[in-house]
Amino acid sequence: MPDKKGYFGQYGGRFVPETLIPALQELEAAYAGAKKDKSFQNELKHLQATYIGRPTPLYFAKRLTKHLGGAKIYLKREDLAHTGAHKINNALGQALLAKKMGKKRLIAETGAGQHGVATATGAALVGLECEIYMGSEDTKRQALNVFRMKLLGADVNEVNIGSRTLKDAINEALRDWTTNVRTTHYVMGTVFGPHPFPMMVRDFQSVIGKETKRQMFKTEGGLPDYLIACVGGGSNAMGLFNEFLDDDVKMIGVEAGGKGIGTGEHAARFAGGSLGVFQGCKSYLLQDEDGNVLGTHSVSAGLDYASIGPEHPYLKGIKRVYYTYATDTEALEAFELLSKIEGIIPALESAHAVAEVVKLAPKLSKNKIIVINLSGRGDKDVQHVARIKDITV
Amino acid sequence: MNRIEDTFKRLKAENKKAFIPYIMAGDPDLEKTGEHVMVLEECGADIIELGVPFSDPLADGPTIQRAAERALKAGVTLKKIIPFVKRIRNHSRTPIVLMAYYNSVFKYGEAAFIKDAVDAGVDGAIIPDLPPEEAESFIKLSRAANISTVFLIAPTSTKERVEKIVTACSGFVYYVSITGITGSRLALDERFKKHISAVKKSADMPVAVGFGVSTPEDAAMIARLADGVIVGSAIVKKFYEHPAGAKEFIKKLREAI
Ligand SMILES: Cc1ncc(COP(=O)(O)O)c(C=O)c1O
Repeated sequence: MPDKKGYFGQYGGRFVPETLIPALQELEAAYAGAKKDKSFQNELKHLQATYIGRPTPLYFAKRLTKHLGGAKIYLKREDLAHTGAHKINNALGQALLAKKMGKKRLIAETGAGQHGVATATGAALVGLECEIYMGSEDTKRQALNVFRMKLLGADVNEVNIGSRTLKDAINEALRDWTTNVRTTHYVMGTVFGPHPFPMMVRDFQSVIGKETKRQMFKTEGGLPDYLIACVGGGSNAMGLFNEFLDDDVKMIGVEAGGKGIGTGEHAARFAGGSLGVFQGCKSYLLQDEDGNVLGTHSVSAGLDYASIGPEHPYLKGIKRVYYTYATDTEALEAFELLSKIEGIIPALESAHAVAEVVKLAPKLSKNKIIVINLSGRGDKDVQHVARIKDITV
Repeated sequence: MNRIEDTFKRLKAENKKAFIPYIMAGDPDLEKTGEHVMVLEECGADIIELGVPFSDPLADGPTIQRAAERALKAGVTLKKIIPFVKRIRNHSRTPIVLMAYYNSVFKYGEAAFIKDAVDAGVDGAIIPDLPPEEAESFIKLSRAANISTVFLIAPTSTKERVEKIVTACSGFVYYVSITGITGSRLALDERFKKHISAVKKSADMPVAVGFGVSTPEDAAMIARLADGVIVGSAIVKKFYEHPAGAKEFIKKLREAI
């Protein structure tokens, strides 16, 4: 998976203007080459260990386990990766690849700002120019990350059109790429967009699941029973799930339920979406009856997106992964719970996965094991949460 | 033969090039669009490109993005645009090509779209985010209905791709003058001239050039190299910002071509 045209079953493909098609073909070939290239793989491994700080720990959350009174809960600590989220796994891989391809400049979209920070970091590391697109709604709620990107030497472009969130940032990044395609590489931040991005980003993120499996065997002597991850575009989820797809392990993807599905203010594509073609691929999409893309809402900028990486509807269709959602309120409660009970402030995105575990763990027996992908740390969200709680910091 | 092919044939016999203006359907509403279509015809448009507004037009620059926003605000969608074309056909025979993003067509249903479009008198479709590789069924249905499928060729298209794209095209080939989005500045360098002449050799049909043509001078330059000149953002902008001067501006474009 995927097939030659980039399809996972009926989902995926390559729906972009012609100007970008040759660049995607070039990228596909370069990536296939890099996959087989020992020196590229060695450099990536070396940087994963010495720069990102991999492997990230698999931490047994003893107090959370006790508090919920059911299954044993482990956290895969992607929040401890350099820059504070799993996004760096992919951004660094693509930055190395772009350098190898002779590109001069990296561009990226960002929602929560984590992928923007990761891309700016990758650009600084390999010595490329960097420009980041971010919706003006998101620059407001993730102001800290905007300043981080600037410190890292990137230009940050506020996007003031459409819903002013992640999807509009992707539109602008694609427009930039169309204009500067000869010198620029577009670092797509999740398992979305035209082929080969969904495949390539999944591969760069799959280090999460590979490590988790090894660590699980070492500490528990076997496979976990459940893997749980939040799903924006779906990269941290694919990163964890991919290595376990052929194993007897249940998997749950948690979307953003926002203010509740009934309100229409959410980003739960499986609960409220239908098949559509958007920003380069065919997948589930929140759209109206004419195919125009609906506005979304989530307390977490990184999950606030109208579509979902094409491998996810495929995995849902074959019943390999189960998808659910957590509301803003549930995520905020989980955010506070994990902070108080484990001393770990999670990203609001990751808090959606924690919220699902709060519901699930008590229903399971004590010999069951759950792994949560703690995709990022919550420092970026502290101000935003304070604002929601009407606290001035 | 359909109206698009007829038009190019007639122009060729007259030793003329095609003027292909683009406007956004529903900007600011369909009644005004109807008036704009009449202005375009009066000014000598050979083919009219009608944009279908989409929430996320990623091949378009700010001018057409904003026009799409206005049209969507007015509630204009493909479902209203097709009957609108039918009304235009009461008094006009100028070929009409719809320019839509793929999700609008996908959601409508490819087969239903083609059937209804042909019934209404639409002559062709341009779908900028649908490359030939993804268009197998769309091309098949369109051929059967004698509706033209116009695909884009870009300055970055390789020789193999140019060949593939021209076989997918019918009616004419849309050559994108720049690596960029609609409304960008034109840059006619040697590379462009070489590439377009190679494209013309590969295509056994007319080649029209669009994206970035904004002045009569641009149009005149393009007309020397191509079989047709497509002008979008500049006209959309004129109709929106200086409607009184639009007619004169469009006439000048026509004369330059
Ligand atoms: C910490 C964190 N987790 C999750 C996500 C969601 O992305 P994905 O579904 O691709 O993992 C983001 C996106 O910004 C993020 O920053």
